[in-house]
Amino acid sequence: MKNRAIRVLIAKPGLDGHDRGAKVIARALRDSGFEVVYTGLRQTPQMIAEAALQEDVDVVGLSILSGAHMTLVPVIREAMDAQELDDVPIIIGGIIPDDDHDRLKTFGVRGIFGPGTDTELIAKHIRGMMNPDREGTA
Amino acid sequence: MTASLLDGVLNGSKRALARLLTNVENDREGVADTLAALFKKTGKAWTIGVTGAPGTGKSTLVNALAKAYRAQDKTVAIVAVDPTSPYSGGAILGDRIRMRDLSGDTGVFIRSMATRGSLGGLSRAVRDAIRVLDAAGFDRVIVETVGAGQSEVDIVRTTQTTIVVEAPGLGDDVQAIKAGILEIADVLVINKADRPGASNTLRSLKAMLELGHPASRTQLLAHHGQMLAVENPASQQETLWLPPLIQTIANAPAHESGVDELIKAIDDHRQFLMDSHLAEHMEHQRVRIELYDLLREALMAQLMESLPGNTIESLVQQVYERDIDPHHAVEKILQVSDQ
Repeated sequence: MKNRAIRVLIAKPGLDGHDRGAKVIARALRDSGFEVVYTGLRQTPQMIAEAALQEDVDVVGLSILSGAHMTLVPVIREAMDAQELDDVPIIIGGIIPDDDHDRLKTFGVRGIFGPGTDTELIAKHIRGMMNPDREGTA
Repeated sequence: MTASLLDGVLNGSKRALARLLTNVENDREGVADTLAALFKKTGKAWTIGVTGAPGTGKSTLVNALAKAYRAQDKTVAIVAVDPTSPYSGGAILGDRIRMRDLSGDTGVFIRSMATRGSLGGLSRAVRDAIRVLDAAGFDRVIVETVGAGQSEVDIVRTTQTTIVVEAPGLGDDVQAIKAGILEIADVLVINKADRPGASNTLRSLKAMLELGHPASRTQLLAHHGQMLAVENPASQQETLWLPPLIQTIANAPAHESGVDELIKAIDDHRQFLMDSHLAEHMEHQRVRIELYDLLREALMAQLMESLPGNTIESLVQQVYERDIDPHHAVEKILQVSDQ
């Protein structure tokens, strides 16, 4: 039997305690057939990279509402690259000003979703990002 | 590609290990060869299954258990199984939330797994994942799963020591008789022992254990409802293992959590299995069950291959229309495949 599920890490870096958005996304992705590794609040960049490594996820989803995205994302990218996860894309949910989008893309951010985004759109976006050949290329 | 993945795992690459586990889960082509190459390197880890109803604190206990093993300088791999939604096929794998203490420790490897579709598929994936982690050199492999059904029970039984976790306030002693999972416990834990009602839970579980006949547990291993009778080479006296009842407070500081007692109980069980030669006996039994499982899966796949594409669907329609009953429909399928 061939099983293939897209695995997504949903993590909330930084210190703000608002995880409702992350939970809504986790649940919506579950309902769209994804396997969601949910790590919860207050994750350090190292914790996120380690979880992404061990869980072999296809994409890392970050929920950032604190405004600290320009600080957090580069450090998380660096921690992921240190684990040889440079081919794993990041998506972000939260309040991210348009002016920051281009800069974030240079850190491998492949999707940015503001408040009120239709969750089906996010699911579709992630599916579209997947390289069908990803497996077996360790 | 397969060779490099194999080398990576044996040389301690976490990326290669994670990818091989993905391939095992997805039953990717070529994974059987990698597993075959790893097989001779397995058999060193001690494997521990942890099960129990949702909310009993399994993940927190596994976290505490792993920390205690790390204090003994043993490396630990954890396979945490969470259920797949039967509607969407998706899953939320949330066991890592309770295991954040273990992050940053390279001697610990945590992998979450969803139950996905098929019962046979999950048993296979977990068994093979345990082998991969064993071959990668982890001293202890802990498998955690929700004890909510036969499939989960089967998975936990692929391990060498099975821990069943209970907590106060989940039901009276009649629930304890009902719950078949009590019978599979090598070690019984009452977690959240600081909660009200813990002493009642302790009392009723103790009573239940005394009612059971402990010696019978090692002789038969029920599997998918099928009982496999095995001759027990050891004498009755040697096979008598009474599951110890350990009280824990998994989120308390190490010295008052009861986790050291739990570790000791696991070690005692291991020693008991070794001394009584039951370890060998149980391993034979696990292999036997695995071969049956794999055979069942292979035969099913072979059968499906041999059938003309519409055989099943046309019989579904006939049964729906009451033209044929399900038993004769299956007979018909077997006849078609014989031709």
